[in-house]
Amino acid sequence: MKRSMAIFAVFALAVAAVPLAGDNYLLQQATFVAMYCALALSWNLIGGYAGYPSFATAAFVGLGAYAGALLQNAGLPMVAAWVGATLITAAFAALLGYGLLRMKGHYFAVGSISIVEVLRLVASSWAGLTGGGEGLNVPIMPGGPEFAGRVFLYAMWAVMLLAFASAVWVDRSRLGFGLRCIEQNEDAADMVGVPVTRYKTAAFTLSALFCGTVGAISASWVSYIAPTDAFSILLTLKVPVMVLLGGPGSLLGPVIGAASFVLIEQTVWSRFLDYNQAALGLVIVLLIFFLPGGVLGRLRWRAKPAVQPGAAPAAGSAP
Amino acid sequence: MSAPLLQVQGLTKRFGGVAAVNQVSFDLAPGRIVGLIGPNGAGKTTLVNLITGVHRADSGSLQFEGRDVTQQRPFEAACRGLSRTFQIVQPFPRMSVLDNVTAGALFAGKAASPAQARADAMAQLRFVGLQALADRPAASLTLPSRKRLELAKSLAMRPRLLLLDEVNAGLNSAEIGAAIELIRAIAAQGITVLLIEHLMKVVFSLCDDLLVLHHGELIAQGSPQAVAADPKVIEAYLGTKYAERMRA
Repeated sequence: MKRSMAIFAVFALAVAAVPLAGDNYLLQQATFVAMYCALALSWNLIGGYAGYPSFATAAFVGLGAYAGALLQNAGLPMVAAWVGATLITAAFAALLGYGLLRMKGHYFAVGSISIVEVLRLVASSWAGLTGGGEGLNVPIMPGGPEFAGRVFLYAMWAVMLLAFASAVWVDRSRLGFGLRCIEQNEDAADMVGVPVTRYKTAAFTLSALFCGTVGAISASWVSYIAPTDAFSILLTLKVPVMVLLGGPGSLLGPVIGAASFVLIEQTVWSRFLDYNQAALGLVIVLLIFFLPGGVLGRLRWRAKPAVQPGAAPAAGSAP
Repeated sequence: MSAPLLQVQGLTKRFGGVAAVNQVSFDLAPGRIVGLIGPNGAGKTTLVNLITGVHRADSGSLQFEGRDVTQQRPFEAACRGLSRTFQIVQPFPRMSVLDNVTAGALFAGKAASPAQARADAMAQLRFVGLQALADRPAASLTLPSRKRLELAKSLAMRPRLLLLDEVNAGLNSAEIGAAIELIRAIAAQGITVLLIEHLMKVVFSLCDDLLVLHHGELIAQGSPQAVAADPKVIEAYLGTKYAERMRA
């Protein structure tokens, strides 16, 4: 736990120091790394700890983007709009989770991905509010692109820190223990007194919270949103892949996964412009076959071999 | 006699057209070891499921410590002090043995913190004799050890009433002897025990009272001697040979 926090601190400082390099491309990539870290850390709460494979990430990001854009267009200051979008998204997730979390496994996965589609259709049909397929313009931040680039990097960076802090809190708390129990055996968790419905809803809401913030920030960043970009199916798939790549159910896994995913995306995928979605499919398949516990799971497995089932217990091995 | 810990009144549960538990009423006095016996399919596990909120009763009522708990859900039952073991044990397979028990101490046992829960859990592991396996994944345990783990988990939940569903099934006679001692030690802590059991040796050496279910109905209750002499019980469950042996 302490080591994870130290490693994360070094990583966060490195991301924060990127503007010193004075390279705009690097700055943009660092912003993406911070953004995906925040999303992956959030997803890990429901997908990793509780074991509910949610594909609703893009629904929350998109909702946050629209809520933030509408609030900003209504005259709210940018940061206030971000906070408002965060709260709206969390409230939506809490209500949605109460119904959606009755489903398990594949059913939950399909149910959650349908939320992305439903919201996308709402956004493109409700032209009076959302501008429909034409999208919405968001006020451009004054101060020039270079200044704006830094502001959005530090905004995403701050969300990443908040997401990590909430993950640390969950990891140490009763909630985190309860979620791990639910992941292993939901009925048995119920039997030992875990308030299963409440805990799952809490995890789902927490997992949506910072997605809403990220959505609102990126709406301000690109200053234009449209339904297909805001509710992106590709994003909803990418984030779980990142967590699986790093190691689900751990503190550092999502961070490692998100950072290395952005790296892979930039170095390899830009060379396969036409086939990058096929490459994503390939990464998923390879992950399932070779890294079921993610990078971290692999490292741990090397460090400490799994206990052989049925082996005689070493006398006096109790702590 | 003190006020009953658990009052069951006219409890009924139907699955389709079959009444798995039919109009069952009884009181459990605190501090006793009560055996629940009956042939296979008599409704014993269903009755335990009704008492712990796994199933909802179609009619009838349940009172625990004077409070109506007929509509409770499993986690509420666990938090009130009604804990149980399963006939088919249900561990958290990839968690360590210690963490499995810690879960019981942390939630139903209402430990103040995860650290406190861990300490309580270790004490229970010592009590059931599993302390040497504390760090093993639960899935790696043998059947007798899993049953002990299940017991340690239930005890960590600080129960007032412990329902044991065939904790001795599948154990050999030496292991059964140890299990009987363990159940006695649990009762000595002041925990009321309701025991589903098929082994008459265990039932007669351990239980203060017996409840006999047959086709979902309670056909007899009372001391083991009285129940063993009851012609209805002999016909439905014990058989004449066994009853004669008991009388001898």
